[in-house]
Amino acid sequence: MNGLLWYSTRATGEVALLFLTGVVVLGVLSAVRFGGRRVPRFVIAGMHRNLTLAGLGFLAVHAGTAILDSYAPIDLADAVVPFASAYRPIWLGLGTVAFDTLLILTVTSLLRTRIGVRRWRVLHWSAYACWVTAFVHALGTGSDVRVPVFLLLAGVCGAVVLAVVAWRIAAPGPRRRGLRAGAALTALIVLVFVIGWSADGPLRPGWAKRAGTPARTPDSAGR
Amino acid sequence: MTVPWRLRLNPILCTGHALCAELLPEVIVLDEWGYPILSPVPDELLSLARRAVADCPTLALAIEPAP
Ligand code: SF4
Repeated sequence: MNGLLWYSTRATGEVALLFLTGVVVLGVLSAVRFGGRRVPRFVIAGMHRNLTLAGLGFLAVHAGTAILDSYAPIDLADAVVPFASAYRPIWLGLGTVAFDTLLILTVTSLLRTRIGVRRWRVLHWSAYACWVTAFVHALGTGSDVRVPVFLLLAGVCGAVVLAVVAWRIAAPGPRRRGLRAGAALTALIVLVFVIGWSADGPLRPGWAKRAGTPARTPDSAGR
Repeated sequence: MTVPWRLRLNPILCTGHALCAELLPEVIVLDEWGYPILSPVPDELLSLARRAVADCPTLALAIEPAP
């Protein structure tokens, strides 16, 4: 049973990363006004919403199974309060931050007609940060990081998000040079940082120990 | 058939995304610049009209009872 829970946590986390990547892609497609006769815009908007809700479902299982299983000492509070867990506090905490952000983004989007477009839009910019946070969490907490399939998944998700962010920055519309340059610079800094950090951290042997894994979890041996 | 609802457009907010017209072609057609022209909303299209209001990227649409 414990094994099942532990595997579910990892699997649902990976599926959630895939879903969130899809959500970012669809969100950017909406923002750059992609769509037309073949792919109606309301379909893109609807998929953006539904994929988010499905992703939240996977995340609920992801957090729930992580709490229930007894390999990793994670409790209910760790699912909402970041950086307090005994298990890899920083990297798990980033997942919690991403989860909380996603919840806020979802609720404010569902109540968008009440909140108003401007406030909603400002909040929604944090969606990009939410994805990056979730991504770093996946690498920093995941116990499968150096498995080829996971590397492929993370690589593809990262490349896809990078591509749509570039598309978003270059998209036609109001020129706002400063804003675009700022966004490009931020993206570049984040990219360099994430690559540098993963090469030196999770992609090198011994990460589990350095990340703060208590000695009794099964994957702390040998990794 | 009664027509108890109507859509209202805030032309300053509308950016001509045309999402509303895809969703509700019976009620919303686009003028030559891509901006919506609205007709009254029959009862059976009310839920779709609500969705068009909620999904408009700039929230330029509102639905209200016809006077
Ligand atoms: S969806 Fe909104 S912004 Fe787009 S054309 Fe319709 S009313 Fe205008």
